[in-house]
This record gives sequence, C-alpha cells and structure tokens, in this order.
Amino acid sequence: MPVSVAHSRVIYDALKACDIRIISALPETWLVHLIRMAEEDPDMTLVRLAKEEEGIGISAGAHLAGVHSALLMQNHGFLAAINPIVSLALLYKIPLLMLISYRGHFGEKDPWQTQGGLATEPILRALNIPIWHLTDPSDAARRIKDAQTLAHASLHPVAVLLSRELMWED
Amino acid sequence: MLRADALQAIYADIEDKIVVTIMGAVAAELYMLGHKEHFFYLEHAMGLASSMGLGLALAVPEQKVVVIDGDGSLLMNLGTLSTMARYRPGNLLHIVFDNESLLSVGGFPTATSTGTDLAGIARASGVPSVMEANTLEQLQTNVKQALTSNTLTTIVAKVEAIGPKTFHMDLGLLENRFQFARTLEMMQRKKV
Repeated sequence: MPVSVAHSRVIYDALKACDIRIISALPETWLVHLIRMAEEDPDMTLVRLAKEEEGIGISAGAHLAGVHSALLMQNHGFLAAINPIVSLALLYKIPLLMLISYRGHFGEKDPWQTQGGLATEPILRALNIPIWHLTDPSDAARRIKDAQTLAHASLHPVAVLLSRELMWED
Repeated sequence: MLRADALQAIYADIEDKIVVTIMGAVAAELYMLGHKEHFFYLEHAMGLASSMGLGLALAVPEQKVVVIDGDGSLLMNLGTLSTMARYRPGNLLHIVFDNESLLSVGGFPTATSTGTDLAGIARASGVPSVMEANTLEQLQTNVKQALTSNTLTTIVAKVEAIGPKTFHMDLGLLENRFQFARTLEMMQRKKV
C-alpha cells in the first residue's frame, strides 16, 4: 500500500510535539500508518470510534479536562460529524484539531470519493473553519503546531487537510 | 419512578463527581436540585453526552465521571456503547433514564416503548457491568455499587415520561462551559 510511512511519521511526531495525549480515529487508507503509530505509542490514548461524531464529544471532554487531543478522520468522516461540530464544538467554543485525509480531490481515481471531495472545502468554509492544505513534509510540524495554536487561541475547530501528494506515493 | 425523584435519590452520591447530562428536562431537574461547578449540561449535540463522558474519563482517570443519558439520546448514538465498552474506563458511570419518550420535544414515543432493550444492547456491546433499576431503592443501590466498583457500568432506569414545568436554567451555556473547565483544572491541581 503506497501510503507514505515517512510522511506519516512526520505528522505523528508533529502531533507529539503538540502534546497530544488522546487521538480518536476511524481507519482510512491514508491514515493506516498514523493509526498504527498511535497504537504502538504507550503514552498515547487511541480511541477507535464507531462513528466520527463520537470523536467530537471525546475531544470536547478531553479539552474541558485540560488534555490536548486530535482527530484523525477521512473527509467523509468530517461530513458525518457536522452536527456535533456545530452543536458542540462551535456552540461551546471547543477547539478541535482535525486532521482530515482529503480524498476525492485532484488525482482521485475512486469515483465514490469524488462527491465528498467536492463538498469538503465549501462546507468547512461555510462553518468558518480555517483550512490548511498540508502538502510539504518539510514544514508539516510547523503547520500542525500553528493549527493547534490557532484552535486554542480562538477556541474554534481547525482543519488540516492531508493532501494526496503528502500521503500517497504513486 | 419519577426521574426528578430518582435524581434526588442519587444526588448525594453524585454531587461530588464530574457529571455530564443531556439537554432539556434532565439538565433542568439536576440543576434545580443544586448546581455544582463540576456539572456540565450538554444542551445540544444529542447523543454525545456519553462520548464527552468517555473523553473526560480517559483524560482524568483519577476522577469519577457520571453521565446522565436518556433513551432518545442514546438511541441517536448507539455506537457509543461499543466504544465505551472497548476502552471501559473504570471511572465512568453511565446512567440512562429511559422514559420511552422524546419528552423534551413533544413526548413522542421512542423505540424503547416498542421493545428495544437498551440494557440488552449495552450488555451485547460488551459493557462489563449493566444493571437495571425500576425503583428508587434499586437505583440507589446500583449507583453506590457502580461508584465503588471501579468498573464501567451502564444503569438503565425506567422512569415516567414526566418532566419539569420549565427547562429554564439561570446559567448561560458558555458560563457553564468555562466554569466547568476551570473547576476541573482546580480539581487536577489539588491532586498534584
């Protein structure tokens, strides 16, 4: 599976540098190495979800208890979590660090991913959620830290879109 | 059993715990019994009180966390039972008041009124301790047992579909949110 282990490691190390203690995730092809790294890390609590919306609740609980968390999700998982993002995270001013694998965008070969790909950014914008396209491994750590900093300063969700060029080695 | 009476019966056991409630009638009834700064009332995001409770329980394993859920809310997020069961934090108590009704939004019957068995679903999901309470005495006994057991417990308590006259709470959403977070921070500091 040509998912980049090296770039997954860069992203995982960036999350560790952000003092992330809880990661909630639902498996997705591009996220396999990240989830495995979380699983193998004895200092990380990995919560494998049944559905992404649970992750919004888990991150909200963790935040109110003073613990940093992150969410690993596919963009269709983000779409599945919209009501909790609105009626928990936005309503209660909860920062969320969402790392979203950006399927269905340029270069996508799977037709079933494409509608979600087309909808992802317009919906993030409609929710006023700041977006960063993570494409370059050399500045990934800086961008993820900046995303977390903004989330905490604004008490608002942020979205780091994990791009095909970063995650996938064709 | 009236839920207001049930809350009163267990109030002494939960008043010093971190508590997360669902919206509407439950929140208002607990608030009227006596608000504590470590009580959080999730006034929207139906179904996610238990997920918040799981996040809290994992984040502060040395504190007891009590979630007060309802049948309508739990039915909206049944996957939460499998996720809670998977990580089974022993400091989490999940109480479900089942009034077989969406009382706060018109009183329409839920699927528990036609036979859906939430305790059965919790057991089959792998929740290590599941209890049912049909009387105040049973509920009190179950709650005391669960809080001393250090085992993830779901208690399903059947209650009547009767709520308070008003859901008004003299506490802003964000006031509750910031007060709750500050109080948890102080609880953590005391532990250190």
